[in-house]
Amino acid sequence: MYSRAYKLAVAIPPLLWVTLFLLVPYALLLSYSFWTVSSGTIMRQWNLENYRDLGRNWMYLQVLFRSMKIAGAVTMLALVLGYPLAYYLSFHAGARKDLLYQLVIVPLWVSYLVRGYAWKTILGSDGVLNGFLQYLHLVREPVGFFLYSPFAVVLVLTHIYTPFTLLPIYASLEHIPRHLVEASQDLGASPRVTFWRVIFPLSLPGLLAGATFAFVLTLGDFLAPLLVGGASGIMISNIVVSLFGAAFDWPLGAAISVCIMLLVLGMLFAVERTEKKWTFT
Amino acid sequence: MDLHVSGQSSVRRRFGWLATYAAGVFAFLYLPIVVLILYSFNREGVGGFPPRHLTLDWYRMLASDGAILDAVVNSLLVALAAVAIALALGLPAALALDRVAFPGKALFRRLVLLPLILPGIITGLSLLMLAVFAGMKLSLLTVIIGHGTALISVGTTEISAGLQKMDRAQEEASLDLGASYWRTFWRVTLPNLRLPLVAAGLLIFTLSMDEIAVSFFLIGRDNTLPLEIWGRLRRGLTPEINAVSTIIFLASVGLILVWYRLRTRS
Amino acid sequence: MSIQNRDTHLTQPQEAPKAPEKAAAGEPLLQIRSVAKSFGPRTVLRDVSLDVAPGEFLTILGESGSGKTTLLRLIAGFERPDTGEIWMGGERLDRLPPHRRQVNTVFQHYALFPHLSVFENVAYGLRAQGVAKAEIAQRVEQALAMVKMSAYAGAAPSKLSGGQQQRVALARALVNRPLLLLLDEPLSALDANLRRQMQWELKMLQREVGITFLFVTHDQDEAMALSDRIALLRAGELEQIAAPREIYNRPSTAYTAQFVGQTNLLRAEVVDGVARWGAFSWPCEGRPGPATFSLRPEHIRLVSPADPDDQQTVRFLATIGQQTFCGDTDLIEISCADGRVLQVRTPSRRILEGQCAFAFSASDAVRLHDAEES
Repeated sequence: MYSRAYKLAVAIPPLLWVTLFLLVPYALLLSYSFWTVSSGTIMRQWNLENYRDLGRNWMYLQVLFRSMKIAGAVTMLALVLGYPLAYYLSFHAGARKDLLYQLVIVPLWVSYLVRGYAWKTILGSDGVLNGFLQYLHLVREPVGFFLYSPFAVVLVLTHIYTPFTLLPIYASLEHIPRHLVEASQDLGASPRVTFWRVIFPLSLPGLLAGATFAFVLTLGDFLAPLLVGGASGIMISNIVVSLFGAAFDWPLGAAISVCIMLLVLGMLFAVERTEKKWTFT
Repeated sequence: MDLHVSGQSSVRRRFGWLATYAAGVFAFLYLPIVVLILYSFNREGVGGFPPRHLTLDWYRMLASDGAILDAVVNSLLVALAAVAIALALGLPAALALDRVAFPGKALFRRLVLLPLILPGIITGLSLLMLAVFAGMKLSLLTVIIGHGTALISVGTTEISAGLQKMDRAQEEASLDLGASYWRTFWRVTLPNLRLPLVAAGLLIFTLSMDEIAVSFFLIGRDNTLPLEIWGRLRRGLTPEINAVSTIIFLASVGLILVWYRLRTRS
Repeated sequence: MSIQNRDTHLTQPQEAPKAPEKAAAGEPLLQIRSVAKSFGPRTVLRDVSLDVAPGEFLTILGESGSGKTTLLRLIAGFERPDTGEIWMGGERLDRLPPHRRQVNTVFQHYALFPHLSVFENVAYGLRAQGVAKAEIAQRVEQALAMVKMSAYAGAAPSKLSGGQQQRVALARALVNRPLLLLLDEPLSALDANLRRQMQWELKMLQREVGITFLFVTHDQDEAMALSDRIALLRAGELEQIAAPREIYNRPSTAYTAQFVGQTNLLRAEVVDGVARWGAFSWPCEGRPGPATFSLRPEHIRLVSPADPDDQQTVRFLATIGQQTFCGDTDLIEISCADGRVLQVRTPSRRILEGQCAFAFSASDAVRLHDAEES
């Protein structure tokens, strides 16, 4: 129905732009990961040295492993916090549903940095939490381990990504036809059975999408560790940042980035396939 | 709740723990924001409990802080340009995905979405490499290109959803009545997509105002607001940042309200 | 238009007093020549040819999936035929983009522009053609008056009822004075009463403006009530094209006979000018061999055993089975002596029981062309 000129006019500009500013840069990143750096200059000679380095050096694998542990913890926590809230909003919030939903969205729109910073003021050794505990005479000396620990990183990232996780869960719960729930009740199922046999299975695609969001976004995060993580809270992206900064080993940094990218894409691919299997409508 | 008949109130009771839990999650989500706002008015600055003497000093300091004000202007500039780029390319991209069959379409669809899915650091680094490769000097322009490119995904997604909802017969009717493709685009397609365009614009604006990961690698001498704050945070806590954060928060809430009003009005 | 009295048109539309003989006169307005269309592996139209005469009201009738809407979209220009040609008034139509065709469409769900007022919706086509402002105002006003929607010129389409939207959609199409108006199941979204009323008005409107209407529907009653001719489409092919009375009384195939009204299909054998179906026999000209006949339920009538006999009447006794009350008529299933079952439609008077005498005229048993088909 659309003329050839129309089709060219809508397809060409975004194609060109995306090629130039996404495809080429990603390809460059890949290329860099096969180059080396020697006495401060980048040598464009193709080799696998960087990937061999990554395999040999335990430190990288260790940090990657820690990053995945943190991402896993954040994902679990975000689900544990987000799913019941989404379920409550969708099925039991009644007339206040829209208002409460908006209240979940608000923190999502509030700056990442602002939220990270707020936690810093809360957790610091002369921060609000310590002040509060001392005020109640629960502790005499400020507690130091709140801030600058993997715990702080997990806490901050959970706070940031819980609304992200909640949104797709909520959407999939909203899409469950209510007559299915009624049919289940009609057939004599208790609310508990209805939840586990009908609602929960049908919300799995949303849960999966939410979990993926949390995991992937956390895995690539480098700000929260810098802000509240301290030395023990370093994650894989922080290593990339330092390799691109002071350490000036772009090729090695690119190789780690490629690994992160492959990890993420592989996960997304697996999730997409699972999601299709779990989607019934 | 006292209006409910007995059967329903027993359900309420059974789900009472759920409501309590939900309230707890809300408290967790809002605690830092409340603390932040509260301490922006605290004369003793951040930390300590309880906050004692109310003051507007930090806001006054902010008003005379040239670096912060410059950063705000820079951020607004970047965000507006990012909205322009992401919409100007997101709209044709959504139209192309909807109605043009071209080679590599499946790849294009995924590629556009990548910056939304991949950690920001990867997009930021890749663009940095392009800039270095092309011999481009890092500046606000590189940040604008970065934000615009990364946020095309948002434009495309929102507008595609709008296109799905739009009745295709609308455009057919326009052509049928003798309007050219160009005229149909302006008179029918665009007005029908007004809402998703505005929604996408607001979302892109907010995301750009808040963006750090991509900007982190592409920034030149002029800081955006998040990077300015970031730089100061690394040096230590200052209540001035509570003040600026509170303002950002209020601005965000304002934008949501605008967006929400727009949505409910249609 | 004679719509002033709202009561008269609530009843079934009447046959017009003098239906003009348009179909045969002169050059056809629209010619569809061997058009075929597939969507991927699915063939929607195969080799359809059709002529539409100027001023005609032609209905394309078919069940869903028969390709009728696709045929309409080919004429409007929203799709391109894979093979074949479409001509209108000596011009090749199928190569023109939709906005260059002097064809307008009334869409199934009206497709009124929600962001424009009723007036602006109707003015849309005129503005696109660059008609002068004063003329636009005048012509839109006229068009709205024609469909009795003048009072709603400033309203938003979403504020209108289904019937009102329908009228605006008609005005929006007709105001451009197209050579051909396409209507894609325009009444399907309306409820039964409103639908009958709109059928009537549509027919009147067509007479008034004299524009050729190409109407698509799956509703055979609607097709018969409105059309000068009906083209019955079946799985992408034309099954039969004829005037409503012809297509009802002289169906050429079992499919047509069953799709347009109810019928009994009699699988008979023709030998020596006589058709035999079980114990039944009646005179029949034409080729000997197996033949299928269509016999409408209302053509079988109750008779008293004393009625006089003649050559052309087939009389028989049958047992009354299921009797279904349909308001003005009853539909009765009867079993003949040899167990053959027939449907009979009689005026609703009383409940019948036991054995009754029935009869039909040999001329009402219509021989179909496809003896082999079920």
